[in-house]
Amino acid sequence: MLYQPDRSQYPSRKPDGSLDIDLSSGKYLKLWQGPQHPGITGNMSVELTVCGDEVVEGKTHVGYLHRGFEKLMERRTFIQCFPIVCRICVPEPDFNEYCYAAAVEELAGLEVPERAHWIRTLILEMGRINSYLMYLGGQAGALGQGVIGQWTTYVRDLMLDRFEELSGARIYHMFIMPGGVRDGLPDGFDQRMEETLREIESTLADVKDVMFNNAVFKKRTVGLGYIDPAIVDQYGVTGPTARAAGIAKDVRRDQPYLVYPELDFEPVVGQDSDVFTRADVRRRDLLMSVDLIRQILARMPRSGAVMAPLPNVLHWKIPFGETYIRGECSRGEYGYYLVTDGSGYPRRVNVRGPSYTHAMALLERLIVNCNISDVAALMVSLHTYPPEIER
Amino acid sequence: MSLSDVLSPFSAWKNLFRDPVTIPDPLNDRPGAPRYRGFHQNDVDKCIGCGTCEAICQNAAIDMVAVAEIATKQGDSGLRPRIDYGRCCWCALCVDVCMTSSLSMSNEYKWVDHDPDAFCFIPGVDLKHWDSAELGYRRPEGHRLTGTERVPMGELEPEARADSFVEIVAGYDIEQAKLEADRCVSCGLCVATCPTHMAVPEYIATIRDGDYEQGVRLLYQTNPFSNVCGRVCTHRCETSCAARHEGDAIAIRWLKRHIIDQVPHDRIKQIAAEGRVSEPSRHQVAIIGAGPAGLTAAFDLAKAGHGVTVFEALPAPGGMMRYGIPEYRLPYDKLDEDVDVIRSMGVEIRCNTQVGKDVSIDQLREQHDTVLLAIGLHQGRSTRIPGSEHQDVVSAVELLRRITFGERFDVPTTVAVIGGGNVAMDIARSLARMQRQQHGQVGVTLVALEAEDLMLADREEIDEAREEGVVILPSRGPRRCLIERDAVAGLETVHCVSVFDDQGRFAPNYDDSDIQIHDAGLIVEAIGQAADHALLGESLTEALEWERNRIRIDADGRTSESWLWAAGDAVQGPDVITAVAAGHRIAASMMEAFAGTSAQTH
Repeated sequence: MLYQPDRSQYPSRKPDGSLDIDLSSGKYLKLWQGPQHPGITGNMSVELTVCGDEVVEGKTHVGYLHRGFEKLMERRTFIQCFPIVCRICVPEPDFNEYCYAAAVEELAGLEVPERAHWIRTLILEMGRINSYLMYLGGQAGALGQGVIGQWTTYVRDLMLDRFEELSGARIYHMFIMPGGVRDGLPDGFDQRMEETLREIESTLADVKDVMFNNAVFKKRTVGLGYIDPAIVDQYGVTGPTARAAGIAKDVRRDQPYLVYPELDFEPVVGQDSDVFTRADVRRRDLLMSVDLIRQILARMPRSGAVMAPLPNVLHWKIPFGETYIRGECSRGEYGYYLVTDGSGYPRRVNVRGPSYTHAMALLERLIVNCNISDVAALMVSLHTYPPEIER
Repeated sequence: MSLSDVLSPFSAWKNLFRDPVTIPDPLNDRPGAPRYRGFHQNDVDKCIGCGTCEAICQNAAIDMVAVAEIATKQGDSGLRPRIDYGRCCWCALCVDVCMTSSLSMSNEYKWVDHDPDAFCFIPGVDLKHWDSAELGYRRPEGHRLTGTERVPMGELEPEARADSFVEIVAGYDIEQAKLEADRCVSCGLCVATCPTHMAVPEYIATIRDGDYEQGVRLLYQTNPFSNVCGRVCTHRCETSCAARHEGDAIAIRWLKRHIIDQVPHDRIKQIAAEGRVSEPSRHQVAIIGAGPAGLTAAFDLAKAGHGVTVFEALPAPGGMMRYGIPEYRLPYDKLDEDVDVIRSMGVEIRCNTQVGKDVSIDQLREQHDTVLLAIGLHQGRSTRIPGSEHQDVVSAVELLRRITFGERFDVPTTVAVIGGGNVAMDIARSLARMQRQQHGQVGVTLVALEAEDLMLADREEIDEAREEGVVILPSRGPRRCLIERDAVAGLETVHCVSVFDDQGRFAPNYDDSDIQIHDAGLIVEAIGQAADHALLGESLTEALEWERNRIRIDADGRTSESWLWAAGDAVQGPDVITAVAAGHRIAASMMEAFAGTSAQTH
């Protein structure tokens, strides 16, 4: 059979719609990608059926990181859930802290001080930068370009230093507590943050030269993993992945929260909806976060309370209620659905992480007809974090 | 794609000429940030072992363990937190919730040990290299996870109370009580301190849950005098409360009163009777004195099915609770409610029956299996200064008793009170009220031997007495009562430099150059009381073992005579709650003595 340039009809299907794959024919090979940490995508695996070097079917397998966070929280008091939630997403833990805190505050009727809103916004943007820096390193690394990861790890480390001095921890910050934030900014934070932002900008300029203005990178990624804008809503695609398809979805602008209504920004969009465009949208979004942090530091109040007065947290009971709190994280819409029943424990917590929708159905669709060597780059371009799938 | 896309990536080579960004010696060149949540530190002298850290830890990484060098004492469990770094997630909630700020975290990153068990350690006890680290996570100022301020108690204003015996304290309403109960961290240090070990955290929890009947049930497990103790208890529990270290102690006394105020009296009687043994009584017990010790023992014994008769010399039961504590602190009807519950257990209280006169102690012994002596301290002590034998130099207890009887005697326009304890305050404030009623103004001078900050009376009593117009003069000792034309005219006092000598013995040192005379038509001595043991009779007095004018008792309250127990102020003191505890102990001891023996036939 001659190679047909239109791969949409390949492999052929049986009359009932299932794929016509005869493994005993010797034409096909089953291959597992993962579940060892395949680069930045974390511990998930894809069961590939390949014909030559072309993927004809990909099945996602998750569960390797299952720790049952949602269930754990049902057995913990409201304050005890606060140190747990950050673990649902390692590279960008702050969204869990924010969404959980905001949900508890809404149901418990806490009035969070203005200054805490600004500090929370600052932390979320800092976390977004970290997440994107990790992504850029992974995206380049998936195509064999290790140097980008070294550079972005360096600047990410500077940002971790800022997190350390602000929150007291580098990875799991546990700083956004129901009621507000633990503390204000340390002395001299603004100046050190400005130095870090400049370093990030200069590194990103290098990344642009070496990664994006790169014939190899373009050759490998332009046109790879095309997501039809028509299926964006169908598949629940959000965040930069949707924006790269030309759909300007951004929770920060569409359903503003915290102090975003007071900040000046426009969602970054792209048109081509391929791996290259998604990487570029994220790079530009990162630069927008740098700008947002400058805006926040210039305008945030410097005095006043950072915590609402809490009831005694050891026996804190929250009346009947349910709420859904959402925010725009680096990968898309992050949400917490919280149900309380008047007891001291959450009745149900459901975490809506964007990784679930992106890594499961969407990846299975995009991976068909992909070259084996591009699978890693494609997976990374969806920017998924498995703990969020298996919370 | 263009030529620049081929050339541009080579710009990465410029990094060949840059220094590495990694730190050459990260172990030493890079200390943790000042707020870093590193390894735990604990100031074990400040720590009170309340276990709040253990309660909040979501990973169960903290266990409270006994430490050899640290003794259990009042307000300190003697336990210290042991942290398991196999479980800890460094969230620092333990630091945030710590009631004394003893727990903190250093900014130390590194700890290398070949022994895996070493990572389960007691900070501050197992010494570590970061113990003296000055930086690290401390609870930020104002960041509290538990309430610090006591809900203020509504009280009558000085103008409204100064001429009336109406109860001063209003009591919490439900909203206030819930707020106050919310602050409790349920550490239980109060339980250990309370003489009768009331289940304080549990009954406070019933306020939060609104389950007042369960609250009453818990109160009656350990104390049949919750109406009384909810008002006038010396609340030592509050002095060991974990919340008092960085805020106000929980108002445990007022919360107890709140529970008892919420449940109707008849329902309280039903709850108190739960578990009562209704078989015909097996043993007969005589109790001399219807005060808190005697009536508590009576309650326990009667509830367990024994026959109890209480002999009371005065016209109404209650002892010092009725005849010592003024009505504005403890209304009589509230005391009556507590006594009524005890009576409803089947206790017979014979008032106006003086043992030694109306009935002899030998008769009691013959007619009962056991006898409890709970006679209290109803004799005032005298200063024995010149002039103190005059009839208008009286003891405070006698005067307080007369006020309770309802005698409307005339109070002179000027009165001097000698003494700095709560009894002195009670009589001074009672007389001030009567003066205001009779003369429209107050003329009470109270002289105390101790300096202001060492006076034995409660701080609030001193403050409230002053608000009501009583003049309080600390550091003054009485010298003589001035008698003019057969009437008391005044009290001469001298400045007292110190009350105790180097060995801590009572030996007042006076400065004779500083003498004052206080006008007084009546002088009240409130310097202590004594028990009247005359009822024992000579042979029993002879037979009993004594210890400094008190009957010697063993740990169970039993005297050297196997049929006689003794309790209350007469042998122990100093307050209602101690007497209640003694009452329980004696009831248990008597029932233990009854076990296996058959009742006498009467």
